[in-house]
Amino acid sequence: MTTRLVVGLDGHASGERALDFAVTQARLIGDCDLVVAYVIEWSPFSFHSAEENAQRHKRREEEISTVMSRVIDPAVKKLEKLGIKATGVVRHGDVADTLNAIAKQQKAAQIIVARSSEGGFSSRIFGSSTFNLVKGADLPVTVVQ
Amino acid sequence: MTAAAMAAFAATLLTAGAARAQEAMTLDERVNQIFAEVTGPFVSFIFAPLYGTDFPWIVMWLVIAATVFTLYFGFVQFRYFGHSIRLVKGDYSDPDDAGEVSHFQALATALSGTVGLGNIAGVAVAVGIGGPGATFWMILAGLLGMASKFTECTLGVKYRNEYEDGTVSGGPMYYLSKGFRELGLPGGGVLAVLFSVFCILGSLGGGNMFQANQAHAQISGILGDYPGWITGLVFAFVVFLVIVGGIKSIARVTEKIVPFMGVLYVGAALIILIVEYDKIGWAFGQIFEGAFSGLGVAGGLVGALIQGFKRAAFSNEAGVGSAAIAHSAVRTKEPITEGFVSLLEPLIDTVVICTMTALVITISGQLITDPQTGRFVLDEAGAAIATIDGNTGVALTSAAFAEGISWFPYVLAVAVVLFAFSTMISWSYYGLKAWTYLFGEGKTKELIFKLIFCAFVVIGAAANLGPVIDFSDAAIFAMAVVNILGLYFLMKVVRQELRSYGRRLRSGEIVAYRA
Repeated sequence: MTTRLVVGLDGHASGERALDFAVTQARLIGDCDLVVAYVIEWSPFSFHSAEENAQRHKRREEEISTVMSRVIDPAVKKLEKLGIKATGVVRHGDVADTLNAIAKQQKAAQIIVARSSEGGFSSRIFGSSTFNLVKGADLPVTVVQ
Repeated sequence: MTAAAMAAFAATLLTAGAARAQEAMTLDERVNQIFAEVTGPFVSFIFAPLYGTDFPWIVMWLVIAATVFTLYFGFVQFRYFGHSIRLVKGDYSDPDDAGEVSHFQALATALSGTVGLGNIAGVAVAVGIGGPGATFWMILAGLLGMASKFTECTLGVKYRNEYEDGTVSGGPMYYLSKGFRELGLPGGGVLAVLFSVFCILGSLGGGNMFQANQAHAQISGILGDYPGWITGLVFAFVVFLVIVGGIKSIARVTEKIVPFMGVLYVGAALIILIVEYDKIGWAFGQIFEGAFSGLGVAGGLVGALIQGFKRAAFSNEAGVGSAAIAHSAVRTKEPITEGFVSLLEPLIDTVVICTMTALVITISGQLITDPQTGRFVLDEAGAAIATIDGNTGVALTSAAFAEGISWFPYVLAVAVVLFAFSTMISWSYYGLKAWTYLFGEGKTKELIFKLIFCAFVVIGAAANLGPVIDFSDAAIFAMAVVNILGLYFLMKVVRQELRSYGRRLRSGEIVAYRA
């Protein structure tokens, strides 16, 4: 049975570290495919002007398209070149909750993320996405340094 | 850089304004006189009384419509109230649609256009003229108005235009034209054009001039009297930066602060009510007694009723059609779900927030009563209840809150300015949508409307409250005339949607994504 790993990317070097670690794990496992995921931080309870709402669908499509072309597609191509089967997914939502939901939906064995570069006041109050994922995930999470 | 430029601009205006105070007063008076003369016939028509009575036909129009929709949809506002809450919480939102406009966001945006001065100044006007009894009729109008809002917002989503670039445009002008055409009815196009014309007037009146006028009243109440056109120019400049200059950061900050101010306002009202809890029973007694006897206000029972209904309609805009423009941006496969969500708007706006303002004013003792009879004492003109310092509008609300929390007028001043600004931004969008419906999309056409909108900010701040309130009400109620007429023809479409949705909800075909 194929083992599936979900890798959380953030478009930065930390995401690359998570991807490299996932490649190593996939090779060790053998029969393994990867799902590279990017979550665009978004809350259904935020406030917008009427004009922003009218353009929201267009903006959402643009956001997904940008992430796909800049982060996901290059990652999938890189994995394919390395001989690892991979698919990409982009979603909007709370990063921790959505990564967990994607992993459950994909019936993944574990989630791999890198320690995020978030810091400062907000992460002290609300916790970083990585911390929230580790705290609330329904399956094993590996956090790469 | 922008903030510095604004500060310099305001400082220059204030300095120049002080030196030319005498000249400015003349300008204010001139603006006021011309404005009253120009808008007079329109206002007189909209508020014409029913034959042989003092009751404005437009108020009856709104009340009958809200009652008809309530009965026609079998008290939908109460039957589907719990479901509405679950929709707003996102229980029925498809996770695959994350990133689209949520039900909560559409509701919050629509509320930012309605919660504001209507809840603060409008209620004070209603209670000041119609007495506490006006509150009862205001609550009743709010509860009935939930069905009007449900009807128009369902249609707003159902018949919106979705363009190839992913943007949407919706509102009465679209459902009147497309809905009538779908049913094979004539006249939809004419109604859509009429609605658009009135919507533009409404956006310049209630959505702009009234806001600028009351913001100036609040600021001058704290800084001291100075010409209204100065406030108008400063406001117009900031509105210009947002709607013409595209400086979204100002709008974004406002959109985040306004809900906070709303919570702060309700919180302050709650604190006053908790502290004065022993008077709440008495205040409700005044509301109920005044609703049916008038307690000596001008016009008696009918006076209280008219003021209550007028202010509720002006505050929550149910039946006016403006909310349908805001709600039409939501992403949903079921248009009726937005109708359910929108029916919460009059509840929050009128039944909760307006009632709190009315209770605080009633409890504060600002309204003067005759200790012998317990009836209200009228002012010299005999048109409104005499108040301790002769305050009306937002100044009355401010004085009432100051009885409980002495420093609250300062917070209220900030809230009023922000509410006014937020409402202006919302209504500039509603007006623009009506404008582009009439004249077509295009940057030059849009710029013309935006410049007109900014000019009316200055006129609104310079004019007296009376003519501004009359014109604001008249323009917004004129929208309701056309909108409600169309809703009567289109309500069977909504009933089909309601029956279909209800059947599928009961059968389990429509399931929640979250328990």
